[in-house]
Amino acid sequence: MIQLSGITRIFHMGDQAIHALDHIDLTIESGEYVSIMGPSGSGKSTLLNVIGLLDRPDSGHYLLDGRNVTDLSETEQAQVRREKIGFVFQSFHLIPRLTAAENIELPLILTGMPPADRKIRIMETLQAFNLSDRAHHRPAELSGGQRQRVAIARATILRPTALLADEPTGNLDHRIGSEVAALLEALNQTGTTLIVVTHDRELGSRARRRIAMRDGQIDVDER
Amino acid sequence: MKLRDLLHFSLRTITSYPARSFLIMLAMALGVAAVIILTALGDGARQYVVNEFSSIGTNLIIVLPGRAETAGSFPGAVMGQTPRDLTLEDAHWVGRLPQVRRYAPLNVGVAELSATGKLREVTLMGTTAEIFPIRHMKLAQGRFLSHSGENSAQIVLGAKIAQEFFPDGNALGQRVRLGDRRFLVTGIMAVQGESMGFNSDELVIIPIQHAQTLLNTTSLFRLLIETRHHNEIENAKEAIHQALIRRHDGEDDVTVIAHDAVLATFDRILRALTLGVAGIAVISLAVAGILVMNVMLVSVSQRTAEIGLLKAIGTPASAIRHIFMAEAVWLSVTGAFAGFVLGQAGSWLLRLAYPLLPAWPPLWANFAGIAVAVLAGVLAGLLPAIRAAKLDPVMALSKR
Ligand SMILES: Nc1ncnc2c1ncn2[C@@H]1O[C@H](COP(=O)(O)OP(=O)(O)OP(=O)(O)O)[C@@H](O)[C@H]1O
Ligand SMILES: [Mg+2]
Repeated sequence: MIQLSGITRIFHMGDQAIHALDHIDLTIESGEYVSIMGPSGSGKSTLLNVIGLLDRPDSGHYLLDGRNVTDLSETEQAQVRREKIGFVFQSFHLIPRLTAAENIELPLILTGMPPADRKIRIMETLQAFNLSDRAHHRPAELSGGQRQRVAIARATILRPTALLADEPTGNLDHRIGSEVAALLEALNQTGTTLIVVTHDRELGSRARRRIAMRDGQIDVDER
Repeated sequence: MKLRDLLHFSLRTITSYPARSFLIMLAMALGVAAVIILTALGDGARQYVVNEFSSIGTNLIIVLPGRAETAGSFPGAVMGQTPRDLTLEDAHWVGRLPQVRRYAPLNVGVAELSATGKLREVTLMGTTAEIFPIRHMKLAQGRFLSHSGENSAQIVLGAKIAQEFFPDGNALGQRVRLGDRRFLVTGIMAVQGESMGFNSDELVIIPIQHAQTLLNTTSLFRLLIETRHHNEIENAKEAIHQALIRRHDGEDDVTVIAHDAVLATFDRILRALTLGVAGIAVISLAVAGILVMNVMLVSVSQRTAEIGLLKAIGTPASAIRHIFMAEAVWLSVTGAFAGFVLGQAGSWLLRLAYPLLPAWPPLWANFAGIAVAVLAGVLAGLLPAIRAAKLDPVMALSKR
């Protein structure tokens, strides 16, 4: 469960203070499917980064599964990300010199899992994401949809409680985009909290809970 | 992140940029090879000189007439004049000191040698039989000056001289003329070649009294003394010096040199020289280190997005530091190892090209070359690694 109260994030540009997040209060239950929409610069990505512990709010409190994670050290936050959060990005963020299998393997390496166990886990995952025949291809040799599937496989291989996707279909054509959306929704069906930031109205409306942001504040929150 | 995975991950990165990695390793390798080859050269030269000196004999003290060091108090020495001769009697006197194992007085000159109708000028050495053990010289045939016949007119021919005058090899027992005197050939020296610029193969040796008469002198050229023990050489040197001063009515008019001291001086100078060239070679390693740092910094900025991703999937800052450090360590360790192999091959080639020169790199140079290379690599990796770990993940991820 994600509980934000009074979360504020201010960026300073010269003498100008930009309230990217302005006293956000938001609670998201485990297993929810939430879409976040809103005009460019309204603070969607910033909100997602705060939820994913990539960014620290300037004020406010954040409880993740009942634990106050606002004031954790960097190392502790890294551990929380590793165990509870999965990120999916618009630009995939695959490491170009590593194969699909090796990209998926990265989170497992971080946990110190022995190579033999990793191998089994990767095989299962590749199969589940329909990537078995692409295991030894580099990102440059994969299509956009395949790349995003690899990225999602990497984000979920450690079974995070929350999957945070920032415009996951932004670089994909419509058909492939909805396939990827379906894949994310399937993961949500298995109990993973899913938060999707998108500009795509159709994708946004597929979520059971739809949030609209404006100027760092939550404008609409409907379910 | 386990060490094994860390090493594998960073090796994977290095092999993904083969040209760049190869060039860095080459720079490292050349630095290490330079340290090894240059010290091999320096130490080889040192060993060569030390061996040359040792071949003359150890525990050696040399007495020469005249005072070398304090010319000011003794104007005659400057002019090459000796106020009092160093005589054969002085030599026998010194020979009775308890510290002396054996001694050989020496006179050197040039005279004409003739036999079997041939004639040539030769260097002659007047001495006693003790010269052989003292200077580690060996006879191929015959003998020289058995103690019973100290004063008989015997001559020992250098190997080359014997070959020239008696190509049939029947020199032993022949009579030859040296200057205006006749000598009986009683020995032929073994081939020894050059030693300290002194070729014993082209030398003839006669008893000291005959040499002094022939050269018309009563003063010795040198007195060579071998002491009983190596560790009392300083003490023996002092005793000999005092004995001679007493004998010369309190006049300090001889110079006493411990052969070891000369050797030690050469040893010191050449060691310093070796260290000096090693130091210069180490600078090239520092340059290679800077190269590694530069490449790693470029790598960090090229891989900013990757670092952001690593942070997003929960890689702690320490692991990110380790990843970049491991890359620097890989580059420098493989470079250092290649340099070690290159250096060994280089010194082997040196030994092949100059067989006289024992161009073996000293052990410390091998270790120092590798250690400095690895240290330079680690230090060079430190700054880029810290910079990578400090990157803000959101900023890093937004960079493409
Ligand atoms: N690092 C930063 N420095 C300064 N200002 C920033 C920084 N990051 C974000 N901002 C500002 O904060 C505000 C919110 O940015 P954010 O990226 O969250 O918007 P967004 O809703 O994701 O927009 P988009 O739909 O274009 O991705 C914007 O005005 C942006 O300019
Ligand atoms: Mg955004």
